[in-house]
Amino acid sequence: MALDKATVARIATLARIRVGEDELEPLAAELSSILDWVEQLMAVDTDHVPPMTSVAEMTLPMRDDVVTDGNNRDGVLGNAPRAARGFFAVPKVVE
Amino acid sequence: MIEGRTGAWEIVIGLEVHAQIVARAKLFSGAATEFGAEPNSQVSTVDAAFPGMLPVINRHCVEQAVRTGLGIDAEINLHSVFDRKNYFYPDLPAGYQISQYQQPVVGRGRVGIDMPDGTTREIGITRLHLEQDAGKSLHDQHPRDTYVDLNRAGIGLMEIVSEPDLRTAEEAGIYLRKLRSILRYLGTCDGNMEEGSLRCDCNVSVRKPGAPFGTRCEIKNLNSVRFVMQAIDIEARRQIDIIEEGGTIAQQTRLFDTARGETRPMRSKENDFDYRYFPDPDLLPLVLDPAWVAGLRAELPELPDAKRARFVRDYGLSPDEAGVLVAERATAEFFEAVAQGRDPSAAANWVTGDLFGALNRKGLGIEHSCVAPPQLGGLIDLIANGTISGRIAKDVFAEMVETGADPAAIVAAKGLRQVTDTGAIEAAVDAALAANPAQVAQYAANPKVLGFFVGQVMKTTQGKANPALVNELLKKKLGG
Amino acid sequence: MALSHLTDLTLAAARDGLRAKKFSARELASAYNVAVEAIKPLNAFITRTPDLALEMASAADARLAKGEGLPLDGIPLAIKDLFCTKGVLTTAASHILDGFTPPYESTVTERLWAAGAVMLGKTNLDEFAMGSSNTTSYFGPVENPWRRQGDNRPLVPGGSSGGSAAAVAAHAALGATGTDTGGSIRQPASFCGIVGLKPTYGRCSRWGVVAFASSLDHPGPMTRTVRDAAIMLGAMAGHDPKDSTSAPIPVPDYEAALTGDIRGLKIGIPREYRIDGMAGEIETLWQAGIDWLREAGAEPVEISLPTTKYALPAYYVIAPAEASSNLARYDGVKFGLRVDGDSLNDMYEKTRAAGFGAEVRRRVLIGTYVLSAGYYDAYYLKAQRVRTLIARDFAAAFERCDCILTPTAPSAAFAIGEKADDPVAMYLNDVFTVPADLAGLPAISVPAGLSDGLPLGLQIIGRAFDEATVLRVGQVLESAARFTHLPSFIVGAQG
Repeated sequence: MALDKATVARIATLARIRVGEDELEPLAAELSSILDWVEQLMAVDTDHVPPMTSVAEMTLPMRDDVVTDGNNRDGVLGNAPRAARGFFAVPKVVE
Repeated sequence: MIEGRTGAWEIVIGLEVHAQIVARAKLFSGAATEFGAEPNSQVSTVDAAFPGMLPVINRHCVEQAVRTGLGIDAEINLHSVFDRKNYFYPDLPAGYQISQYQQPVVGRGRVGIDMPDGTTREIGITRLHLEQDAGKSLHDQHPRDTYVDLNRAGIGLMEIVSEPDLRTAEEAGIYLRKLRSILRYLGTCDGNMEEGSLRCDCNVSVRKPGAPFGTRCEIKNLNSVRFVMQAIDIEARRQIDIIEEGGTIAQQTRLFDTARGETRPMRSKENDFDYRYFPDPDLLPLVLDPAWVAGLRAELPELPDAKRARFVRDYGLSPDEAGVLVAERATAEFFEAVAQGRDPSAAANWVTGDLFGALNRKGLGIEHSCVAPPQLGGLIDLIANGTISGRIAKDVFAEMVETGADPAAIVAAKGLRQVTDTGAIEAAVDAALAANPAQVAQYAANPKVLGFFVGQVMKTTQGKANPALVNELLKKKLGG
Repeated sequence: MALSHLTDLTLAAARDGLRAKKFSARELASAYNVAVEAIKPLNAFITRTPDLALEMASAADARLAKGEGLPLDGIPLAIKDLFCTKGVLTTAASHILDGFTPPYESTVTERLWAAGAVMLGKTNLDEFAMGSSNTTSYFGPVENPWRRQGDNRPLVPGGSSGGSAAAVAAHAALGATGTDTGGSIRQPASFCGIVGLKPTYGRCSRWGVVAFASSLDHPGPMTRTVRDAAIMLGAMAGHDPKDSTSAPIPVPDYEAALTGDIRGLKIGIPREYRIDGMAGEIETLWQAGIDWLREAGAEPVEISLPTTKYALPAYYVIAPAEASSNLARYDGVKFGLRVDGDSLNDMYEKTRAAGFGAEVRRRVLIGTYVLSAGYYDAYYLKAQRVRTLIARDFAAAFERCDCILTPTAPSAAFAIGEKADDPVAMYLNDVFTVPADLAGLPAISVPAGLSDGLPLGLQIIGRAFDEATVLRVGQVLESAARFTHLPSFIVGAQG
């Protein structure tokens, strides 16, 4: 499955990773070779085979409705590259 | 229908309501959910998507979603799956929202809406699913930065999607109010739109009657019923104008600018229609025990439609009157407490009239009413047994509202007992007639002069004379 | 006992020595602190915590003095820098987690400290655990303490838990934690001549472990001997209510399971693991393993795992897909690196471009693609269906055998820089290890022989939650193989 530059650019945008114009072509080639190799999966007969939902054979555990966490602003903000007045600060989003 | 240049247009509306689940803790973490806390003080490292953090689901939130599904007469899916909805935004710390995509916990349901003309329309519900709320972005705190508060991130939401069955802004408003009422009855969402615990996204498209559905636009984050209705009309108008001028509608996500009265595209969502949904590998499928669901169903409270029908049947109220009383469960319960052993019509009138008026003036909800049901009931009793007149009762009620005192006490303290002693009334009537010979002479030509004499008698008796007796005696003495 | 000799002891022997008061925990920790310094050229550690080690050792000594010995009291361990350690830098070997100091401790390491163990430091790994060579770390590659005979080129230790493997192999830790997603505990264990155990999925909690691929990540122990692995697993394993995929199954006494008796056990030999062009020595070693187990009273049985060859491509759809979503949180907002930008998206894009290395970027993009509209069914769903078939293969096989014997890796360690140009060639390192990850089954690698003077491992795969059998058979292999070789770079008397 050959990926073209435009597709790689679109995926990179979806993934929010800046890829330089000059990198697009070699990256497309690399990703294409990986996807070509993965393509062999299509040869497997998977009719009526359900996709794996969990290796663990158990039911979803549930928690009680009790407050056990939070109240830890310093812990939550302590690693932030930029915080101000108790908030995380990011470049302004214009709606 | 809206009239355009080229003829009549039908508006097609579907509402997606996001209802915050009433629960102490969040959907997948143990942080608190209270409104109005200091920024980032109700945030778990799980909510903030720190490395290695994992979700664990809150049983109560699941229960609330199932109860809501039952309350809107919907199918409960005993097997449902949590999916990740992937996109980037600062109020979404993980870069994905845990939601439900193809297998939601609740399937098809319905909500009946009561139209002003007395008919009922059934609005279909497509589904209800569980998902995380996002944090809050504040764009107006700093010139170059957006500030992010994650207190809301991870609070449980029920997303309730209606079928595109609504046709007017008015219907949308009625539907939203009805849904909100049901949620409040169930106690699964407090429905507070100003605080954001109930938000509405609106899908609007237009078409010529009989034509297939047009392209829809989604208007996001409307936080009042009034805005929902305004936005629908404005957006429908916008789309009609475009089409009539030969253009086509681009499918977009839009915001309603309430100041300008227009909708405009939301820029950040432009490129991100591909959410790459896949089942969240940190969670297992949600499997519900049918016996547990049956237990929840058995314990549901009486809901608005059933209560309204019962009020009409058992109290002889009109559907409209009953409708007003059942809109809020607290109102209905107040009314029933007052109506026990009394004339239900009188109870209804006092509650929806004077009591509502007083509460509105004081900005109180009925849960915090300054007048308690036994007190209102007592007032009605005093009228019914002739102790006071209806006219005086209004004054007594006003005093009850201000002081919280019991009606009997007020009547006694102020000596407001109705005067029913015929002799005393007759004396007052005679005095009024004697003092106003000119008006007596006018009576034959102008019977409305009676009102003047009634007023005079009321003045001299401080309003306490039984009005019926006053009228009777005056007519006898004047009419001859 | 001389400091240098202290590092020769196995974990079990050190534990016994501490209890018998032959030396103190502080002495042991000091010896290991010196060792950690001594192996600097291998670049196995990202962060060293010698003071903390001594502090924890003192606490252990206090407990031991009172006779309150905990199972791992005083045992110095190295922690793969994928496990969040409270107050200690945690990087996942990535630039994007620059400066990240977690305000919490991972459940697995919490259990190890609660068992009395002592932390020497955080070991190097492939960035975000993505790799089979430990050459993708932001902090530079790790060198294998083993060298080829007559060849001076530095070799890879395997990956992603290369730092942990190198540290244990060079005797600079008594044990180390690793994680195994496609083979990242077993393959480096094989390349470094040590024992690596990937437990059943959900046996050890993932809470506090930087997530790579949620349905495939398995924390586990890396040690010198099978007994050591059993001891360490006993402390690491257990149900964690904070991890919804954590198994609510009690932890048996794994050490007690090492009876040495495997008579009557059926050992499955999967024909599909005999791949074309397989190196002669690997075949020979595998056959030796079969013979050893037969001599110990077990019965080799040929089995078929028909979907085996599709395991790697399925893995390289599922793992990147989950990773692309798990790594979306690294965005410059809450922790780690931020590269400023003109706008929010500019900041995101620049931060992630600068913060992620080439292999991580590759996998995030592949993962984003295979989940994207139009491709989800063809790739992601397809791979998950193939995964079901792989699990069914194993389930069917386990009706005819009690565990499965295979080689761990298709080759011995290769030179740093080899296989660097072709991602797929690198991926093929995991051909024997990946199926057990996809099926979530327990598997161990035990050093069994040499090739060109470099270690080769043999793998035992068992039924879900049957780590006891896997360990028991593994120990029999270990005894029979008598792998006493040591790497050229090693701390201690022989170093």
